Amino acid sequence: MSQAKTRFSPAALLRGSLVPVLVIVLWQVLSTSGLINPVVLPSPVAVVERWWAYLLPTEAYDPAQSSWILWALSGEMLFDAWSSLYRVVLGFAVGAGLALPLGLAMGGNPRVYALFDPLMQVLRPIPPIAYIPLAILWFGLGNAPAVFLIAIGAFFPVLMNTIAGVRHVDGIYLRAARNLGAGKLTMFLRVILPAATPYILAGARIGIGTAFIVVIVSEMIAVNSGLGFRILEAREFMWSDKIIAGMFTIGFLGLAIDIGMNRLNNHLLRWHRGLEN
Amino acid sequence: MTPMLKTVADTTPVAEAAPVQIQVRGVEKTFSVGPQKIVALQNIDLDIRKGEFVCLLGPSGCGKSTLLNAVAGFQPPTKGTVTVDGRTITEPGPDRGMVFQEYALFPWMTVAQNVAFGLEIKGMSKAEIAERVEWLLQKLHLQDFRNRFPKDLSGGMRQRVAIARVLALDSPILLMDEPFGALDALTRRTLQDELLRIWEEVGKTILFVTHSIEESIYLADRIIVMTYRPGTIKRDVIVDMPRPRDGSAPEFNRLKRELSQMVMEEQQRFSQDEIRSVTAD
Repeated sequence: MSQAKTRFSPAALLRGSLVPVLVIVLWQVLSTSGLINPVVLPSPVAVVERWWAYLLPTEAYDPAQSSWILWALSGEMLFDAWSSLYRVVLGFAVGAGLALPLGLAMGGNPRVYALFDPLMQVLRPIPPIAYIPLAILWFGLGNAPAVFLIAIGAFFPVLMNTIAGVRHVDGIYLRAARNLGAGKLTMFLRVILPAATPYILAGARIGIGTAFIVVIVSEMIAVNSGLGFRILEAREFMWSDKIIAGMFTIGFLGLAIDIGMNRLNNHLLRWHRGLEN
Repeated sequence: MTPMLKTVADTTPVAEAAPVQIQVRGVEKTFSVGPQKIVALQNIDLDIRKGEFVCLLGPSGCGKSTLLNAVAGFQPPTKGTVTVDGRTITEPGPDRGMVFQEYALFPWMTVAQNVAFGLEIKGMSKAEIAERVEWLLQKLHLQDFRNRFPKDLSGGMRQRVAIARVLALDSPILLMDEPFGALDALTRRTLQDELLRIWEEVGKTILFVTHSIEESIYLADRIIVMTYRPGTIKRDVIVDMPRPRDGSAPEFNRLKRELSQMVMEEQQRFSQDEIRSVTAD
């Protein structure tokens, strides 16, 4: 409560915006001084204009073609952002969806762990980016290789944290549950799984961060849409203002994903002690 | 047989007429800590009758919690047997509900969900569970806290929930491992009174571990004083005073003096051992 107050007080707002404003002013001065080629460094005003154009619909509104709302959302940026988000969500769902059951099994059963751990240790240090040639060879171009790469990026953080989460379940909960008569399945679903959720969600947060990195890279290589594709395309036309506008859009989308994950965490972990919100 | 000391009165307590429910025979428990072998329990023979309130009293390391865990089935003894109603104990079960010092509530469940957990495992119907949970919440004055998570409760409230959760099982035996050890004196007394009230009402057998002499005299029908390493039964004391017991009554204080002497002898051996182990390092 008090934290929120100080964050939005006028003095704090002023202090918080001081450095960004100075950077933008310096940037504007540099780019209008004529010392730097605008292709190398476009002015902040040009970037904002380009960002606005990128956001707005490309064609004039035609009531015969589509509804007003569809037209308003028909801008290139929204389409790109949606393409990227779709891949992140799908890839993350595949990666985390495979990692969660495997992690639960590996964390809960030493024999399963012994069986899978060597393979995981060999695969884990390979960066998802290194799978790009194989992904294109296997899946060609389009969404499939991108989703595959994102799934790999999300898989390992979720797997490792799920294993750690299951292993760190406080023995007192297990004793209490056994005393109350819990069988193996109840123990697993109603004690071990919820007790491990703080770890699992921390892994999911890292995993979705990795997925977001991988989506941009894979769009630069394997797909013809999305924010990653758009900034690489802009480079071919030497549109540096559009590159920077696209980079900021990537930043905003990343921030939105992180805020969304944080909200979900806070809801799922509302029982958790020491949660700061 | 264990020595029997009838300290306060030589009258036969009512509970002695009841059948033996928990039978401990020749129990020994050893742990190895590195190269050291620690005898936590040795030659324990103990009969606890149905409906009795028995306290295990002694300093840290006297094996009182180890004995409780053997009855609970968490740590089977190295030698000897524990039987409950003639059945040998090999694993924990809902017939011996346990209340832990650290509460052990499931933090991801609300108060009501914690209390309902054991009943859901039993496979009771939803309506039955709701009714029983409601009854228990009322009984332990938790009705206004039903939707709270444990993190939002005080220590005393948490222990009430833990007691409600075990009572839900309706097990004939309650095992309590220093349940009020972490609570302040006033909360502790309130919960002691509530426990006695519930015990008199529902008639359970209670095995209660404590290192507080006053607590044991205030609560128990019988106090088992244990020795420090190896853990053996030093004295089996029957407390024959009407309840509620008055902590300032002369007979209360006489018993307190006697027990203090016994416990302090063991406490001294514990302290010497601790000093020895520190200087050895």
